[in-house]
Amino acid sequence: MTRLCFKWGTAAIALTTSLATLPAQAGKTLDAIKARGQVVCGVNSGLAGFSVADSNGKWAGLDVDVCRAIAAATLGDPEKVKYVPLIAAQRFTALQAGEIDVLSRNTTFTLNRDAALGLHMTAVTYYDGQGFMVPVKSKIKSAKQLKGQTVCVQSGTTTEKNMTDFSKAFGLNLKPVVFEKPEATIAAYFAGRCLAFTTDASGLASYRNKETKDPGEHLILPELISKEPLGPMVRRGDDEWFAIVKWVIHGLVEAEEYGLTQGNVLAEKARSTDPVVQRITGATEDTGKNLGLDRDWMVRALQASGNYGEMFERNVGPKTPLALQRGLNAQWNKGGLMYAYPLR
Amino acid sequence: MSLPSHRPPPPRSRWSWRSQAFRGVVYQVVAVVAVGLAIWFLVHNTLENMRVRGIQSGFDFLLQPAGFDIGESLLPYDSSESYLKALTVGLSNTLRVAVLGIGFTTVLGTLLGVGRFSRNALVRGLCAAYVDVFRNIPLLLQLLMWYLTLTELLPDALEPWQLGSVFLSKGGLTVPALVWEQGHMGLNLPMKGEFAVEGGASITPEFLAVLLGLTVYTAAFVAEVVRAGIQSVPLGQSEAAAALGLSKRQEMRLVMLPQALRVIIPPLTNQFLNLTKNSSLAVAIGYPDVVSISNTTINQTGRAVECIAIVMLIYLATSLTTSVLMNRYNARTTIRER
Repeated sequence: MTRLCFKWGTAAIALTTSLATLPAQAGKTLDAIKARGQVVCGVNSGLAGFSVADSNGKWAGLDVDVCRAIAAATLGDPEKVKYVPLIAAQRFTALQAGEIDVLSRNTTFTLNRDAALGLHMTAVTYYDGQGFMVPVKSKIKSAKQLKGQTVCVQSGTTTEKNMTDFSKAFGLNLKPVVFEKPEATIAAYFAGRCLAFTTDASGLASYRNKETKDPGEHLILPELISKEPLGPMVRRGDDEWFAIVKWVIHGLVEAEEYGLTQGNVLAEKARSTDPVVQRITGATEDTGKNLGLDRDWMVRALQASGNYGEMFERNVGPKTPLALQRGLNAQWNKGGLMYAYPLR
Repeated sequence: MSLPSHRPPPPRSRWSWRSQAFRGVVYQVVAVVAVGLAIWFLVHNTLENMRVRGIQSGFDFLLQPAGFDIGESLLPYDSSESYLKALTVGLSNTLRVAVLGIGFTTVLGTLLGVGRFSRNALVRGLCAAYVDVFRNIPLLLQLLMWYLTLTELLPDALEPWQLGSVFLSKGGLTVPALVWEQGHMGLNLPMKGEFAVEGGASITPEFLAVLLGLTVYTAAFVAEVVRAGIQSVPLGQSEAAAALGLSKRQEMRLVMLPQALRVIIPPLTNQFLNLTKNSSLAVAIGYPDVVSISNTTINQTGRAVECIAIVMLIYLATSLTTSVLMNRYNARTTIRER
């Protein structure tokens, strides 16, 4: 008995010391994805137009289309994505801890998130700005009329700070009521707990459409009080994976600029003589090689999600319930900010 | 196990492996070292991984400006003050709800517990039903229920219920406030403003819902503690009180409850600790307690490990303080053996 105890003690010490010297290894993300056969994508748990699951558990939205394009480019199948719904406060920890490969969850790029959280911002997929929504019957027409009022806001986002800055700049003394989950925030606003609700303007349009019988009863105020460039993020420490995600997005944007669509990409690959189109489709140059992918990576990404313009129109554009205009998200040569780095 | 008569006497040296005392010391040292190594490994590995992934760590962020507003606060607070101050405000909100909750819970729980011994069958039944209903529904659901009830049932802030200078609406309960201005006490009367009630002192629906939820839930447990305490007093005491000609009410107040208190206080302490810790669920319904503030801080600074550690320390300190106070009270109520 005594000897046994002693042996266990020694074993415990040996185990502890050996564990302590284990190196902290992240591993190559792409290798891990190929071995697993799935891209693990962190998404919003429910934001119509950006990422929302239907009754069959099938995810759809602009952020989801990015995941699909990445899976198509890397694994050859847009369905090989595991979606992990995350609330705002969990998202960075999930990415840092390696639970997800890419965070595609309407996340604003800021200096602090880039520099202090150990993350990389890939490319902007939606240029947004924070706005306010109020009931039409309050007769408020401008955010500057909100003096001393309560505003419902979700925690774990950049919105609290933006609102405080705006409140201070105009001496409004806004009172935040902060909820942990988006559902609780929205429920409180629509129950009338707060006079106003604040989040990114695209989110306001999404919630207004999803939660009300008559979206006309709520007004999104004209002031946008912040810049919110939204896009996918990845962990630091794997530059190859960072490059893949970044270039899939630039590819989708450039494809729109050069008229490549979900429907015509195969035909254009065979037919087109435009050198840019030939590069994107891999007809002449093998752009995938430098990324550790094959020649057809961009063709598959386009077949999965369509080009950026198609993604926008399908999920949030004027013909969808959200009815958002292209605005800042139009191509650079059409008055917007979507300016893809060249795929060459 | 120990039949020393059949064995030769143990060697005289105290440093032999055959000495039970020596083995005991060795095992304890091994256990302490193993626990110490495990903690060191966890801390070291966390810090190392964070460093490798380029995640900043440290507590320096506490002195940086917080930059966000807090909906309600006992202490004066401005968004340009530090994260430390913001967390202090959160702590004050947690304590406010905990202290009031403990007070109300004790009163309500005692009444319900005593009610279980009423001669009136209706009172007995109602008290029993209360305990069964509120003890068996998860607290988070109860909090959400109170909050939804308050925010759905009450009128809009634009058209509040008014009773004199007291207003009740989705914006909360607003009452006249005592203010000190120009050397004399004055009343700040709330008035109906353009979009909401302005002036006065207000209690938000979030605070009301948290306080109601915690009180109602914990009172069910306190009622059981009180009932068990009273039942622990021997029946003879009750009979003796009756023989002295005390009324039922006097019997409960002068004979039963003072003796039951000794049994009641230790489990009551547990309920007080539970109430304080359960107040962390308030974040679900928008009450700015210390957990809510730390959530915002984590998001803005990314210092998740540090913030969680701070919150853990705060709850530990609060619980230990409550325990110490209750233990002192317990020591005063125990029977002094003569």
